[in-house]
Amino acid sequence: MARRQGTARVRLRRAVTGGARRAGRWYGEGPLHLLLMVASFALTGYVGVRLLADAQWPSVVVWFVGAALLHDLVLVPLYTVAAQAVARVTAGTARHRAWTGYVRVPAALSGLLLLVWWPLITLAPGSAAAAHYTLTTRLPSEVFWARWLLISAGMFALAALWLLVRTLHAWYSGCTGRPRLRAATARRRRRRATK
Amino acid sequence: MGAARRFTPPTSPAFWRSPLRGPRLTALLGVVLLAGITLLFVTGLLSYAAYNPDLAGGVNDKTPGKGLLGFSLFAWPTGPHWLYRLTQGVHVTLGVVLVPVLLAKLWSVLPKLFTMPPARSIGHALERLSLLLLVGGALFEFVTGLLNVQLDYVFPGSFYSLHFYGAWVFIGAFVVHVVLKLPRTVRALRERTDPDAAADDTGLVAVRPAPPTVSRRGALGLVGAGSLLLFVTTAGQSIGGWWRRTALLAPHGGADPGSGPNGFQINKSAAGAGVRARDTGEDWQLMVEGGGRRVRLSRAELLRLPQYEVALPIACVEGWSTQDQRWSGVRLRDLAALVGLDEAPPGVLVESLQLSGAFRRAALRDNQVRDPRSLLALRVGGADLSLDHGYPARIIVPAAPGVLNTKWVARMTFGAV
Repeated sequence: MARRQGTARVRLRRAVTGGARRAGRWYGEGPLHLLLMVASFALTGYVGVRLLADAQWPSVVVWFVGAALLHDLVLVPLYTVAAQAVARVTAGTARHRAWTGYVRVPAALSGLLLLVWWPLITLAPGSAAAAHYTLTTRLPSEVFWARWLLISAGMFALAALWLLVRTLHAWYSGCTGRPRLRAATARRRRRRATK
Repeated sequence: MGAARRFTPPTSPAFWRSPLRGPRLTALLGVVLLAGITLLFVTGLLSYAAYNPDLAGGVNDKTPGKGLLGFSLFAWPTGPHWLYRLTQGVHVTLGVVLVPVLLAKLWSVLPKLFTMPPARSIGHALERLSLLLLVGGALFEFVTGLLNVQLDYVFPGSFYSLHFYGAWVFIGAFVVHVVLKLPRTVRALRERTDPDAAADDTGLVAVRPAPPTVSRRGALGLVGAGSLLLFVTTAGQSIGGWWRRTALLAPHGGADPGSGPNGFQINKSAAGAGVRARDTGEDWQLMVEGGGRRVRLSRAELLRLPQYEVALPIACVEGWSTQDQRWSGVRLRDLAALVGLDEAPPGVLVESLQLSGAFRRAALRDNQVRDPRSLLALRVGGADLSLDHGYPARIIVPAAPGVLNTKWVARMTFGAV
């Protein structure tokens, strides 16, 4: 009798764990995962009805999902293609080494500033938005695009200067790994010796 | 070319060729965002509390349906007087500075968006839905915040409710993501190198890596340089003084709008708020009500009351602020005493002459009224207030958000909140 009860218990335990395992396979993740998801979506539901309570709720959904889609499917491909194009054009050749970074870094930083401050930089003189900005702050609205251009120009100039210094440095100090530069150094030394 | 180079779709792991991607890069960026976004969320909740939306009557409340989400509210203190300047300056500047980190983080995990099959199991499907809320929520919060500080109100609805409820939708998905990914993140940071593509459990390491055009250190350096550049061109609008001139692209950077005692930054000009010159002329009178009594005071009569001087900043929800200005005027508690409420004065409802603006009626809590530094200011920096700074009289309260420092005050009702 006792033994039969024992087997029943084992059978029950097997059935329970087997069921849990089957449910786990069906869910695909652990119980903590499930609990987190339920808690998170409960919060989303509670807040979501408030976020979407306004009559403009379809636009809110469009903004929420659209932000992710626009970023993943438009912004990223755009800057990836641009970055790769720059890398192709500036790739190293037999005559000079790659100068990708000297173009890509200032371009990326300039693009970042444009992205973050787009509404201010693109304030068109005479537009309603520009008038609104000045009416609110009593500040001039047309300064931002010029400042952005100047900052960008400054960064490109700095990169060009840096590239120039690096190139000249490589020329004058002589790069041991490069026969061409070694030849140049030797020529220079010969010239110096004749002076 | 042609038949030899077959098109590789983004759903194929071979499509993603950058040698930079891998668990280490993602983990590094993730840890920065974990710290940064946590601080953004906390300072955001502090700003929410600073508005005192729970005051009776709900005049300050732009999210009346908040329900349980009001749990984080508390009576916003009046000291230190630079409190809101600090918390909101950090909130906005940090948000701006984190943009390149967020973009880099999203780039680092982009191959995961195209994983095939779209869902391996119910759990995986739920997690991907949660990731949509995470990414959509993060971008939604950053975009609405950046647009609002640039006064570009193109988003669908009230900024307060969109940014507040949006933050809560985001943070639910954020916590789940942090808990689920923390073990792998810690492991990635401990291990000095990424695993090979064959041994990679994250699906981030390129199976067919292209030759690198920049080192991983260089890429992280670029992200850091982006953050630094944004910091340098933004932070000055929250520091003020000479530093404001360094904030070249910030909405309240560059030079001050004017010179002299009234030359400091303006949030809403009189013309912008619909204040008419005839309403602020000689005939202007302040109505003070409360405790069943009503008193009318002209500006000259207000100037005959005891005048106090305090040094307090203006700090806007948009993140910019001014350095301390020397305001002088009548204490709010002295005005309460005029209607017989000198023992423990209550909160006050302040109404402005302005015709437009979400806060033309605003409420102050009793602790704000009782603070001896809280004034109905008549003068600033030794001069009469300018029309754009609230002439004939404006409120100035330590540590309160700018919009609660009502300008062009017409009426004050003590005990109505």
